[in-house]
Amino acid sequence: MNRSVTSVPPPAKRSSSILTKAACAPHTVWTVLFIVAPLLFVCYYAFTTEDGTLTLENITALGEHTDTFILSVCMSVIATVLCLLIGYPLAYCISKCGPRTQKVLIMLLMLPMWMNLLIRTYSMMAILDDGGFLNHILSALGFGELHIVGTAPAVIFGMVYNFLPYMVMPIHSVISKLDKRYIEAASDLGCNGFRTLTRVILPLSASGIISGVTMVFVPSISTFYISQKLGGGTFDMIGDTIERQFQNPSTYNVGAAISLVMMILILISMAVMNRFSDDEGTVIV
Amino acid sequence: MNNDIIIQLKDIAKTFDGETILHHINLDIKDKEFVTLLGPSGCGKTTTLRIIGGFETPDTGDVYFDGKRINDLPAYQRPVNTVFQKYALFPHLNVFENIAFGLRLKKLPEREIVKQVKDMLAMVNLRGFEHRKVTTLSGGQQQRVAIARALINHPKVLLLDEPLGALDLKLRKDMQVELKNMQKKTGITFIYVTHDQEEALSMSDKVVVMADGCIQQIGTPTDIYNEPINAFVADFIGESNIVDGVMVSDFKARFSGHTFDCVDSGFAPGEQVDVVVRPEDVDVVTPERGMLHGVVSSVTFKGDYYEIIVDVSGFKWMIETSDYVAPEATIGLHIEPDAIHIMKKSEYSDRFGDYSSFSDELDKLSDPEPEEEEEAQQ
Ligand SMILES: Nc1ncnc2c1ncn2[C@@H]1O[C@H](COP(=O)(O)OP(=O)(O)O)[C@@H](O)[C@H]1O
Ligand SMILES: [Mg+2]
Repeated sequence: MNRSVTSVPPPAKRSSSILTKAACAPHTVWTVLFIVAPLLFVCYYAFTTEDGTLTLENITALGEHTDTFILSVCMSVIATVLCLLIGYPLAYCISKCGPRTQKVLIMLLMLPMWMNLLIRTYSMMAILDDGGFLNHILSALGFGELHIVGTAPAVIFGMVYNFLPYMVMPIHSVISKLDKRYIEAASDLGCNGFRTLTRVILPLSASGIISGVTMVFVPSISTFYISQKLGGGTFDMIGDTIERQFQNPSTYNVGAAISLVMMILILISMAVMNRFSDDEGTVIV
Repeated sequence: MNNDIIIQLKDIAKTFDGETILHHINLDIKDKEFVTLLGPSGCGKTTTLRIIGGFETPDTGDVYFDGKRINDLPAYQRPVNTVFQKYALFPHLNVFENIAFGLRLKKLPEREIVKQVKDMLAMVNLRGFEHRKVTTLSGGQQQRVAIARALINHPKVLLLDEPLGALDLKLRKDMQVELKNMQKKTGITFIYVTHDQEEALSMSDKVVVMADGCIQQIGTPTDIYNEPINAFVADFIGESNIVDGVMVSDFKARFSGHTFDCVDSGFAPGEQVDVVVRPEDVDVVTPERGMLHGVVSSVTFKGDYYEIIVDVSGFKWMIETSDYVAPEATIGLHIEPDAIHIMKKSEYSDRFGDYSSFSDELDKLSDPEPEEEEEAQQ
């Protein structure tokens, strides 16, 4: 596969340019209003003080939040790796089922996403909390209570639980569209099921893995609600920090600076991953 | 059982979605033989090949390899390799790694792998292509990589599914010669699938003609051409005039209102038969000397001969002649006894062999495109 597979629409012809422009107008307005303008605001706030004078103070003050940054990165890397370890085999198994079963399984996977993230996280709390559902069962079985909410594993669990579908979906979509002939060729040349998986299916689904990793890592690193609830207030992640800055008008500028740096970091990591996928000769979705 | 036989299909049947695709396939393939499965698109050639390769399981019947039943042996354990219809080269690997794939699985030392891959690249005329991406290769080059990737494993049997189908005519002719040479050199049994009768006749030791999921005839190219077993084979292999006839007695057949001497016997006196006469076996003579008479309805110049359609009391004959005859002329036709081939009536009688609606364009249209077959398969 090469880059030509990426679905770049052919450039519109000159003659139809007025029509094309008209058709694109709503999209352009939307982009300017809701994406470009807010970005400019963020930049403006990040480089000014409260009274509007230019400054780099907000950026230099970010040093205070280094620990939070590192914690966030660690947590989201762990969550992403776990999602991949759980999600890949899951996606592979789903794609091995018949077409009907696949549809049902994918729907089951998506089902929790129909519910609001807040509600899901609250119910997670209710289940995992001290004296919650899980601990009731554990103590009834005579295992003694477990303190879960407020620990790092609880936060990671919450992220994995919430973001797993974002890992499974792109991987499943790539594997299920994989040309059966490659699998037959592998088998013809002497690969048993496992070797076919490691030598052919895995490399050929690299693009799905890259998309999945991106789609899990980005929301993980900017998570704020999950860490507040399941972290029991003890886990301050970068998302929480940003949220807190924006609750007080006097710290808007610091919040904007953190957001800006985050955005740049995410862009860099995505670029690195795209690069990586190009080297592998596969395509990003 | 003959020790020479490497692959044996016994009474194989296969049904897809309630439709029987293969009926009672019985086939013995000898070691070192070049066998071609020939038939129109959709007749079950690919399915037969996939059953041998282990990618489909027959509903009934058995597959034997070297006398051992291999029905339950998975594809990856069969000493058989395949060149797939559209090559199926691994897009994530370069040319070298594609060819080395089978050897890496066998965990050969790196030096041995490099040596064998280089030898193989030399054999398929792709020296220096090691590090190319397979997606940047032309069809012919991909074809060679696919063959190298299969041959490097030294299979006992190589299965090739329309390997030249996607190539242009010139390249196809060259590759036919190359493939035949490779087969002779390596001594590997080739089972080759094609819908191109010329290709089948020119390359094979043995041709298996299939239609509608049944084997119609098995034989050497000359046998198949000279002694087709029924109207389908006669029509599919080359051009032929197929006429209704009656066996008067041994060595005497009556058709088109004339009784001819022939070389066939063993039919009941008065038995209805199909008579085949190849266009190149009919001699054009003056009306007085002709056994049959007809009016020339069209003449086409074909380079080294003329192809003429002659209306003999309503039945259109195709005749190839080196002498020009004028359209609308009345001519006589002369047929030697050994040019007449008598066949038993079959379900294919009366469906082929009359050139009344013939045109070259129609012929081309009915020639199946490899692309279409791809779709039929999926
Ligand atoms: N996996 C399949 N499922 C359903 N029908 C199939 C399948 N494979 C082949 N067929 C059908 O079997 C028939 C023979 O196919 P195939 O063996 O590919 O023919 P050929 O190679 O001679 O063109 C076709 O009608 C095709 O549609
Ligand atoms: Mg086929």
